[in-house]
Amino acid sequence: MKTIEVKELTKYYKTNKALDCLNFTIEPGKIYGLLGRNGAGKTTLLNLMTGRIFPTEGEIRIDGENVHENDKVLGSIFYMTEKNLYPVEERVKNIFKWSRQFYPKFDMEYARDLADKFGLDTNKKVKNLSTGYTSIFKAVTALASNADIMLFDEPVLGLDANHRDMLYKELLANYAQNPRTIIISTHLIEEVARVLEDVIIIKEGKLIVKSPVEELLACSYTATGEVSKIDKYIEGRKYTGIEQTGNLKSVIVLEDNKKRNTGLAKELGIDFSKTELQKLFISLTN
Amino acid sequence: MLIDFNSEKPIYLQLAEAIEDNILKGIFQEETQIISTTEISVKYKINPATAGKGVNVLVDEGILYKKRGVGMFVSTGARERILKKRRKNFLQDFILPLMDEAFKLGISKEEIIGMIEGRKEI
Repeated sequence: MKTIEVKELTKYYKTNKALDCLNFTIEPGKIYGLLGRNGAGKTTLLNLMTGRIFPTEGEIRIDGENVHENDKVLGSIFYMTEKNLYPVEERVKNIFKWSRQFYPKFDMEYARDLADKFGLDTNKKVKNLSTGYTSIFKAVTALASNADIMLFDEPVLGLDANHRDMLYKELLANYAQNPRTIIISTHLIEEVARVLEDVIIIKEGKLIVKSPVEELLACSYTATGEVSKIDKYIEGRKYTGIEQTGNLKSVIVLEDNKKRNTGLAKELGIDFSKTELQKLFISLTN
Repeated sequence: MLIDFNSEKPIYLQLAEAIEDNILKGIFQEETQIISTTEISVKYKINPATAGKGVNVLVDEGILYKKRGVGMFVSTGARERILKKRRKNFLQDFILPLMDEAFKLGISKEEIIGMIEGRKEI
């Protein structure tokens, strides 16, 4: 099992600060969600984890070893990039064969089996795959790599609802059979929320949340009611994500779900509901 | 097995309740094996840790038990245990919310009783 330590990690592109002193540890054997708005630094972070680019300051260590030019460590990470980096003139089946050279645990039978399930024609050249099938091809290669750490950058890009459903299920089946570290970076939060165990949220290159999804959601709730009543309720409470439609107001109250004041809410005619990860994300990153 | 992911409750509790419902309905019989946490996780696209947590709630309550290397089974007396627990919570879970709604709509206690007995409509 591999622990990933991110230590004081800063990355500049010329004068543009992409990552700002990130510090956190990724525990092995969990499915993480890496969330952030466009340009928050998600892909930069994944590129740094796989030694594709150099940090300006700080470092990333996997099981205590720096990832830099470290073939042993890098051989244990599979990175499904958002962009296609495979030679476009090559056929899918040949790329499967090559992958075995880099990833000794690559499972050819499993790769063919998955390709079949998704209807991916392995005789096709990469350049002739649609956007959706390019994603499927990359995801299949990732799953079959059997790497200890799998990083997915926008894995469901261009996939229809059926294929997204299938992909999440295959990912969970793979993980359940062989627990490993999986990091999924995506903008489609709602449908991936239940698949994740922990979530990492970055905003403008800074870490703003690292928490088990369940704990994060248990630390907030949504209160909805008449404007003045809501204003009264949130007095002295921390809140975010205000939404108002006419005389109706809803806020995300940032306090332990167990501490909510049901008596007061009843008196004021306020309704409570669960906060969705996506809504919380939007209000935290706005 | 139906799980309502929009409910207020944490997913692991919803899962535990869905398993209980199946036991109450007789779909999962006592001393028979139920689906594994892996199958639950894949079928409902939930994290295996969440699925495991839901199942463990029922193991702790003696409703399910694990047979090492085989899987998860429904305990003898599970149905009775669930009934007892649910009956205890009936007032809190059903009657009080019903009275809250009735109060909001201006329906009296007598009118509610009338509706239950099927005698009158409002």
